[in-house]
Amino acid sequence: MLALDKVGKTYPNGVHALERFTAQIPQGEIVAIIGGSGCGKSTLLRAVAGLDRASTGSIRIDNIDINAPHEKIGIIFQEPRLLPWLSVADNIGFGLSELPVAARREKVAQALARVGLSDKAKAWPRELSGGQAQRVAIARALVPQPEVLLLDEPFSALDAFTRRDLQDHLLDLWADTRPTLILVTHDVDEAVVLADRVLVMRPRPGRLFAEIDVGLARPRDRASPLFDAVKRRVLTALDRSLDRDVPDSAPAETVGAWW
Amino acid sequence: MTMTLETTALERPDAIKSASSNRWQRFARPLLGILVPLTLALAWEAAVWLGWSNGRLVPPPSRVFATIMELTRSGELWRHITTTLWRVAAGFGLGTVAGTLLGAVSGYWGIARRLLDPTVQALRAIPSIAWVPLFILWLGIFETSKVALIAVGVFFPVYLGVMGAILSVDRKIVEVGRTFRLSGPAMIRRILLPAVLPAYVVALRVGLGLGWMFVVAAEFMGASEGLGYLLIDGQQLGKPAQILAAITIFALLGKTTDWLIELVTAPLLRWQDAFRPGGES
Repeated sequence: MLALDKVGKTYPNGVHALERFTAQIPQGEIVAIIGGSGCGKSTLLRAVAGLDRASTGSIRIDNIDINAPHEKIGIIFQEPRLLPWLSVADNIGFGLSELPVAARREKVAQALARVGLSDKAKAWPRELSGGQAQRVAIARALVPQPEVLLLDEPFSALDAFTRRDLQDHLLDLWADTRPTLILVTHDVDEAVVLADRVLVMRPRPGRLFAEIDVGLARPRDRASPLFDAVKRRVLTALDRSLDRDVPDSAPAETVGAWW
Repeated sequence: MTMTLETTALERPDAIKSASSNRWQRFARPLLGILVPLTLALAWEAAVWLGWSNGRLVPPPSRVFATIMELTRSGELWRHITTTLWRVAAGFGLGTVAGTLLGAVSGYWGIARRLLDPTVQALRAIPSIAWVPLFILWLGIFETSKVALIAVGVFFPVYLGVMGAILSVDRKIVEVGRTFRLSGPAMIRRILLPAVLPAYVVALRVGLGLGWMFVVAAEFMGASEGLGYLLIDGQQLGKPAQILAAITIFALLGKTTDWLIELVTAPLLRWQDAFRPGGES
């Protein structure tokens, strides 16, 4: 269980990025955090990762306070951030340096096979495509088997086709060990495809605005009417979080009225 | 043997093509660089041989070569070369160690940078040759003052290179190290060192270049041996061929030592995603 209790963050330059964010995320849940720019979603993720410290409130995983990077928490960034001087295999094994060599090599080989890049084990990161590099980053984060995996707009730099491919792939990998996933995104489609629950945030200062249970069976059909309905609920919440005046169950013809 | 090779190659025309282009890459490309100096040298040789010039002030290559051979035969050249090499090695070693240590400290700790860097930058603004009189007073006119001058010349580019390289390490890569909870030493070993290496190699090569520059300055200020002494001696006794011989040997030594740094560090930098205009060299 990951428990966020009134987490707030004010940067030294006075920017009030996040205010009293509270959420309980049970083990194995997939949560998407979505919101306009400046709503503090990346700030929140960095605090959970232990990269930045929250100014107020507490972040606890299984009753352990998080204020520095923790072994139970992994993170995948928007860019792959592979170490260019290590081969693909060594990049994946980067977090396993405490293991004996044989065990490490076996885990890395498994992970490489799992993300379908066994033939690239000895390649340099510069030789990978964007999608391949991000798959290596996912493998690197998953190989130490974190309980919580944070994803900061992980697919936003990829083309639409690769993005869908990786979303499905991520769900596949998630099913292996079922870690908690917290995904920051600005892509409504991505949120609804992946998440059990969507948290919508509103900006200035960043705070929780709405919570939407997706409640669709997996695997999800991106073309089904139910999928569309959830997407519309998220979009409406997003619009309202930005103070755009949208009536609750807006009929299509009045949606256009606010602009 | 040759026959079989040729027949198998003939059976596969694509193999011939790639083999010949490989040979072109291995041998012809470096030769391209020799073309211009070789042409100039031959032209001058011909000009003197044809009597267009007496070649007294600008001796032709053959006379320079003869001087080199003469110096070699008497064993003198070897003594001058080893003396100069020793001075450069000692000065380069000292300057590199000091520059690396101080540069690393200034790059890694902000407080050290604020404390040390202004002083180092102020000292850097002094033309290094200006230290010569003081070094002679302090360290005498023999080896110590010469090595010290070379070390000063090497120190600054290495210091600046190391500090700048550490300061420009990508924060995003450092964050990867943090998320894997690397300790301070592990962060240095596994993230900072490899990240800094390409810039460090450049700093070493610049430092070595300055080392060769300053060894000449050091040997001008009163030496009884060394390649710089050969230069001065050639000037005072009116032997331009000897001056050119010394210059040629400087060029060869400088290029060889620089190439050695490149050779030793190349395996460590294979990962670089570098822009190489005109293809791999």
